[in-house]
Amino acid sequence: MGFDMSAIHLKDLNIFYGDTQVVHDVTLDVAPGESFALVGESGSGKSTILKAIMGLAPDWTGTIEVDGKPRSHGPDRAFSRQCQMVFQDPYGSLHPRKTIDATLAEPLLIHGLKNRDARVVELLGEVGLDARFRFRFPHQLSGGQRQRVAIARALALEPKFLLLDEPTSALDVSIQAEILNLLKRLRKERGLTYLMVTHNLPVVAFMCDRLAVMRHGRIEEIASAEALKTGALATPYARELYRLSNPEETAEEQP
Amino acid sequence: MSLTTWLTDDAPASRAQANLGRAYDIFRRLCRNPLAALGMAILLVLVLCAAFAPWIAPYSPIGQDLGNRLLPPSAAHWMGTDELGRDIFSRVVHGARLTLLIVGLVAVISAPVGLILGAVSGYFGGWVDRILMGITDIFLSLPKLILALAFVAALGPGIENAIIAIAITAWPPYARLARAETLTFRNAEFVQAARLAGGSHARVIGLHILPLCTSSTIIRVTLDMAGIILTAAGLGFLGLGAQPPLPEWGAMISRGRAFILDQWWVATMPGFAIIVVSLGFCFLGDGLRDVLDPKSGDKA
Amino acid sequence: MSLLDIQNLTVTFPTPRGPVNVVDGVSLALGQERLGIVGESGSGKSMTGRAILGLVRPPGKVRADRMLFEGQELQGLSDRAMRKIRGARISMVMQDPKFSLNPVMTVGRQIEEALRTHESLPRRALKARVVEMLDAVRIHDPERVMRLYPHEVSGGMGQRIMIAMMLIPRPRILIADEPTSALDVSVQGQVLDLIDELVRENGMGLMLVSHDLHLVGRYCDRVMVMNAGRVVETLDAKNLHAAQHPYTKGLLAAVPRMNETRDELPVLDRSKWAST
Repeated sequence: MGFDMSAIHLKDLNIFYGDTQVVHDVTLDVAPGESFALVGESGSGKSTILKAIMGLAPDWTGTIEVDGKPRSHGPDRAFSRQCQMVFQDPYGSLHPRKTIDATLAEPLLIHGLKNRDARVVELLGEVGLDARFRFRFPHQLSGGQRQRVAIARALALEPKFLLLDEPTSALDVSIQAEILNLLKRLRKERGLTYLMVTHNLPVVAFMCDRLAVMRHGRIEEIASAEALKTGALATPYARELYRLSNPEETAEEQP
Repeated sequence: MSLTTWLTDDAPASRAQANLGRAYDIFRRLCRNPLAALGMAILLVLVLCAAFAPWIAPYSPIGQDLGNRLLPPSAAHWMGTDELGRDIFSRVVHGARLTLLIVGLVAVISAPVGLILGAVSGYFGGWVDRILMGITDIFLSLPKLILALAFVAALGPGIENAIIAIAITAWPPYARLARAETLTFRNAEFVQAARLAGGSHARVIGLHILPLCTSSTIIRVTLDMAGIILTAAGLGFLGLGAQPPLPEWGAMISRGRAFILDQWWVATMPGFAIIVVSLGFCFLGDGLRDVLDPKSGDKA
Repeated sequence: MSLLDIQNLTVTFPTPRGPVNVVDGVSLALGQERLGIVGESGSGKSMTGRAILGLVRPPGKVRADRMLFEGQELQGLSDRAMRKIRGARISMVMQDPKFSLNPVMTVGRQIEEALRTHESLPRRALKARVVEMLDAVRIHDPERVMRLYPHEVSGGMGQRIMIAMMLIPRPRILIADEPTSALDVSVQGQVLDLIDELVRENGMGLMLVSHDLHLVGRYCDRVMVMNAGRVVETLDAKNLHAAQHPYTKGLLAAVPRMNETRDELPVLDRSKWAST
């Protein structure tokens, strides 16, 4: 699929950790406003792609363009207002000695934005956290509440693109449902573009428009969410993942 | 609303309340540990002695009274008198000021230097790490007292130079400690998140990494205090620290050495003060280690 | 006679706000069957397993009206007697093999060690049992794997080694606490199939502790749903989708499905049963 103007455009992307190459020749385009999933098992290189886009995995060759502009190999201030990331582990992504208030005010402070107090309160409201959480420390919050704070922090600079790295895999299913609903609502309200990494295919079916199945650092297949829901996947590996993630429904079809 | 309910409020209404609440929680847990409480009490006595020395001490610390030389402890002279007839109790009380000065200045100079060097070294890694840790290793490989002696010999004897010399020899362990701590969370997601928000390296080190290294450094400094007091006393004992007639505890022991067989109190009383204060710091350090351990705060 | 018969088990931990019952009056009986314990984090499901094995550390306190293993009361047993039961008669597989295996000991040594603490066998018989066990957990080249260190094996293989270690003294009950949640889906199925097969073959009782209702439904005969330290309901795995309690229903509904058409996932309304 091609677009006149992709929100995120990767071409022949190769990523290295030291001497080992973890991502091979990845090419994909994410349309503006789309929710795109990278799916695969551990070691498939899906998270590494997010890190390379954000500038946290600086050793890559090929092209990374976000919103039509080529990316540098490190984090930079202008880019941070365009694109933010939500991490997998709600326990590791918040500074343990900083109050929620300090965590949310930090990006605003770095970029010298005004009305910080009002913005922090507003951000808490947007992710469905009561204002009384504002001056608590992360250890006083549950996993789901922490992940809401992490999402609020990512939204603080009002980016157009959010990269989500397994945002719910460390959470209980009932909390996962709340966070997925929240992410879906935020995307609708703010017209965000999502690039999401997950190993959970049903989550993709709920959240995303398209997906790329990855294996050993390569893209096996790019498919639409409709194809995923009906199991109409082209490659054997993608079908195998589908079967493993969906044992009940496929059990009857098998002899 | 009473003060304690305000401090222990689950949902603080302001930044100050949240931070005070955390400090109060640490204090309360320290008090529950008997040894730490004892350590705090000893240090409180030390601070009070230093602050009110002229009022506590019955005599002048330097006033000589050759008629009352080498008197044993009595109601008039609680710790006896030395070879120049000076009241040892008064000298020990005034000596608390010197001890506090040495300990305080050494901590203020060496801990931040070590912290910053260690955090920078651990955060950047690579050749920065190799150079900084190389320097640290050189300092670590020399015995502390010998190195301090060399510095004092070069700078000249005196209490200021003794403080500088001790501070120069005291920072390497803090650098090692801060580096090790930094390595454990330099790739943590909250550090990456700060970078992704556009924060500079200096900001990430100063506002995100250093605050996490401080608690272990505070513990380490407290435990090292005993050693610092002993080094200062050692320098004083060798005549390279505080100069007479300053009532520095180490120098006092040194003077008392000549009479140790017949007039035991002259050397013993300041020695006793050194032991008590060193113990106080050790107790407090152990207590702080239990309380400031980041994991202990997470327990419900 | 059931293998395990527990009446009114309570595990209490002191907190600054007074004691909290992490497990609150749980009763269960386990025969030669597969019982699933499901709940979210903090439901007390893992603590129930640990309490049975006497692994609750102070200041936690365990109380029960009775806690019988093959008719023998487990409460009040000495540490020594408890160690004899733990591992030899009741075994436990934990979540992450990385943390459960000793990193400086070869895999073979560790499995031997597990057997030797409970049975004294001549060297050769010992080795034969280890090879046989590794074979049973479908490790193709046991002689080679025995010489490996834990960091040299993959997550799936590590978990199979853990299972071998736990099953080699031929226990009566296996408690598996989230045995596959650290593994990829392709390996998860293999590990669970393996546990399932070994448990059936040896006529053991299995207690599978997990947060995943569907997984437990697939691999167990009965499912016990826990919330806030209490048993919400116990039902046959076959009838899982006919669950009555709003909590169970809520949990089932909150999981996204592959052929998802809902625009929003239903969220648990905790206020409904929090008071009960």
